[in-house]
Amino acid sequence: MENEYLNGYHRMNTSDYGYWLPKGASTFAPEIDTTLYLVHILMVIMFVVWGIFFIMFLVQFRSGNEKKVVHSGYPKVIVPISMIAFVVIFDMYMLFGHDIPFWNHLKKDFPDAEKSTVVRIVAQQFAWNVHYPGQDGKFGRSRPELVDEKINPIGLDFDDPYAKDDITTVGQLRIPVEKPVIIHLTSKDVIHSFSLPVMRVKQDVIPGMSIPIWFEPTRTGNWQIACAQLCGNSHYNMKGIFKVQNQEDFAAWMAIQEAELPQDDEEVW
Amino acid sequence: MTNAEYSRQSFWRQYIFSVDHKVIGLQYGLTALSFLLLGFMLMVLMRWQLAFPGEVIPWLTFVVIFILLGLAIVFLAGKKRPYLALNSLIFFGIAALIWYFTTGEERLPGGIMLPEFYNQLGTMHGTIMVFLGVVPLAVGAFGNYILPLQIGAPDMAFPRMNMVSYWVYFIGGVLMIISFFLPGGAAQSGWTSYSPLADINTGQTMWLVAMLFVIISSLLGAINFIVTTVQLRVEGMTWFRLPFFVWTQLITAFLLLLAFPSLQIGAIMQLLDRVAGSSFFIPAGIIQGGKVLEYSGGGNPLLWQHLFWFLAHPEVYVLILPAIGIITEVVTNNTRKPLWGYPAMVYSLFFIGFMSFLVYAHHMFITGMGTAVTTWFQTTTLIISIPSIIFLAVIVFTLWGGSIRFTTPMLFALAWVPMFGIGGLTGLPLGLAPPDIHLHDTYYVIGHFHYIVAPGSIIAFFAGIYYWFPKICGKKLNDNLGKVHFWGTIIGMNLTFAPMLVQGMAGVSRRLYDGGLGYDHAQPVLFLNEWMTWGAWIIGIFQIFFILNIVLTLRKKSRSEENPWDATTLEWATTSPPIAHGNFITEPFVYHGPYEYNVSVNGQNVPYLPQHKKMDIED
Ligand code: HEM
Ligand SMILES: [Cu+2]
Ligand SMILES: [Cu+2]
Repeated sequence: MENEYLNGYHRMNTSDYGYWLPKGASTFAPEIDTTLYLVHILMVIMFVVWGIFFIMFLVQFRSGNEKKVVHSGYPKVIVPISMIAFVVIFDMYMLFGHDIPFWNHLKKDFPDAEKSTVVRIVAQQFAWNVHYPGQDGKFGRSRPELVDEKINPIGLDFDDPYAKDDITTVGQLRIPVEKPVIIHLTSKDVIHSFSLPVMRVKQDVIPGMSIPIWFEPTRTGNWQIACAQLCGNSHYNMKGIFKVQNQEDFAAWMAIQEAELPQDDEEVW
Repeated sequence: MTNAEYSRQSFWRQYIFSVDHKVIGLQYGLTALSFLLLGFMLMVLMRWQLAFPGEVIPWLTFVVIFILLGLAIVFLAGKKRPYLALNSLIFFGIAALIWYFTTGEERLPGGIMLPEFYNQLGTMHGTIMVFLGVVPLAVGAFGNYILPLQIGAPDMAFPRMNMVSYWVYFIGGVLMIISFFLPGGAAQSGWTSYSPLADINTGQTMWLVAMLFVIISSLLGAINFIVTTVQLRVEGMTWFRLPFFVWTQLITAFLLLLAFPSLQIGAIMQLLDRVAGSSFFIPAGIIQGGKVLEYSGGGNPLLWQHLFWFLAHPEVYVLILPAIGIITEVVTNNTRKPLWGYPAMVYSLFFIGFMSFLVYAHHMFITGMGTAVTTWFQTTTLIISIPSIIFLAVIVFTLWGGSIRFTTPMLFALAWVPMFGIGGLTGLPLGLAPPDIHLHDTYYVIGHFHYIVAPGSIIAFFAGIYYWFPKICGKKLNDNLGKVHFWGTIIGMNLTFAPMLVQGMAGVSRRLYDGGLGYDHAQPVLFLNEWMTWGAWIIGIFQIFFILNIVLTLRKKSRSEENPWDATTLEWATTSPPIAHGNFITEPFVYHGPYEYNVSVNGQNVPYLPQHKKMDIED
């Protein structure tokens, strides 16, 4: 069974993966990782400190350890109270110092579309259709009635002049490095979830809605798009190729795609 | 009706369509434990697939184990105890179900699992565990049996409604199992049943119908618990003399009553979408098999998630609050001192109940929620973590100054503390939106909530069963078998659930039929899948000690003392088991708080002072 999955797939970035977080590769990955680390440090501290009290009490007050039962509570109430206060203060610090500002950054600081790679992704059971606007920088219209799973999976309307130069791939997202990316996510059928673990990107893809996200890759690499939301039988297999390339490689790939576009005088469909 | 008249009623009235809360409690308990076993068994099939994707599942071994267990019960029960022997049917039933799975092309043909069947098993595991196992056990069984006794009531306020509530739940459960036998199989859209997947997938209709039965049962039960607690407390049982367990049941009942209608309406809407052509949750232009689906459209998939989580978040408190109630009873009894900070516990409970309605959308951070809403739900989530920390603080610091007996129920209760601790702590990164980006829908989430519900709730229920078994059957479970059961369960559970947190950190998605085999980022942590599968086997094998313990104890002739734990609360003020009709021979009167252990009376230390014994405590 294993080989069925591994064959023909060249694993490039295995060094990015281990027992812990995958190595980040986007501008905001360090910030997300910081929040993850801080919370986990707090968790370990709490667990250890409380565990010490817990075990201490169990040993000290086991029955048969002739001591008179004390009816009142723990004499130094300040201890549990300060343990709780510590959590409250830490929570506030996390919230106001990290989480709220970061979410604002993520949702409001969209990069300038002019200076970014803009892509549409149309998810379907069980593939990621990637839609580039082409040279004119404008996405052609797409309509559900025009969908043809073999030749036109996203239902591009070729009567729309903007659609003529659009590039679509199935399950292959390539972007240039060190340039912000804006992705408009939508789905043809059910809810999927677009996940790029190394970029610390995850966004549910919801039919009937077009949800924009952004990120900026900091290094090149070969990774995968994962689907994180149960979307049917082959949810487990809803992978995509995700390549971050340097400018030249990306441009070269784009040029090939453009060259393969049907010319105006050709009758294709 | 006197007790004598009561016991002259027909068999059916006494044991099947009984209106006695104790019989109903036992019916709930037995049904819920069977569903827990079934839910667990479905999961063991899945876990084999996750550890060894695409390989033959040793289904024959499972069938044989269950048949042997059933035969063992028949044999041990002997001729004299036909009702005990009858329980073997549960085991034969599960064996038959597994065998049935291997027939047919779309399930486990030849023992090899298909993806759609994996999804069915996952969905049914989640649904059965939550709605047919843990909640009925926590509320229907423990609440029904113990609550009226602890407040000195002769029965529930509405005994007939209590009976209806059980049978409606039973029908819901049967429908849920029947769905495996329908064309297209059982539901396969996850226990969360997100639309539009659930609108178009097979199996969902029966799931929705079964859920409607379960919901109605819970609503009836909730009303009953609230009225009983408010109206039927015996004289002298003031609010602050209630055992903490009763408080947890009361708040739980309010949560069920206020939260379930939201899922009820959601389920009806989804059912209409499926059978009546409406499109509450379906936007326009959905494509299936290359064609636009014939729906009018205009629906919103996110509406389902709001309706679902408005129930399902309070629901997780329904899973854990009664467990906390059981733990406090067992811990105070075995530390031989009062609960330190009882009022703080009660206020925390109120606060948690109220707040649990204000946090639900932390399950939806990744749906594209904006900044204001996210800020609100992150903040409320952090706030709701405070009362949970207070619970733990109170339980840990109650140990101080006590005289701790390490009885079997106490071992479970003590293990619950760090386990619930891990469950609660791992909730923190999930409640904060930025770390949740990485962790959402990964195995980290699965690890987190299993620490809450398995080594959390389930462990607490074991504590409760060992603690109250002498009350219910008049016999004490064997301590040595209990300890073996305890250590096996704790070790197995940690082996199963801790690696999930690691896999989640590495980014492995949940609900993957191949356990992540196809993803690069899962490769370094794939080997953990095998560990977790063995962990689940260890859990399963050690439950045999539990089952045997119960059967062997029921065979014993010797009865335990009436109050073997030297407990103070009112359930011990009557015989064990309590008389069938009216619970108490003479109605008790309450003079003290619930946990008066080692108090001094007339200059003398009284090891335990039952709530109904009149004595003047000195400070
Ligand atoms: C004690 C042994 C248990 C084991 C070994 C176990 C194991 C698992 C595993 C591995 C999954 C993930 C399946 C997947 O993502 O593909 C899962 C899902 C789940 N489990 Fe458990 N579990 C146990 C007990 C429980 C209990 C006691 C409850 C509830 C009270 C529970 C509720 C759930 C739910 C709600 C899901 C999510 C189902 C879904 O994805 O729709 N489990 N369990
Ligand atoms: Cu998907
Ligand atoms: Cu998916």
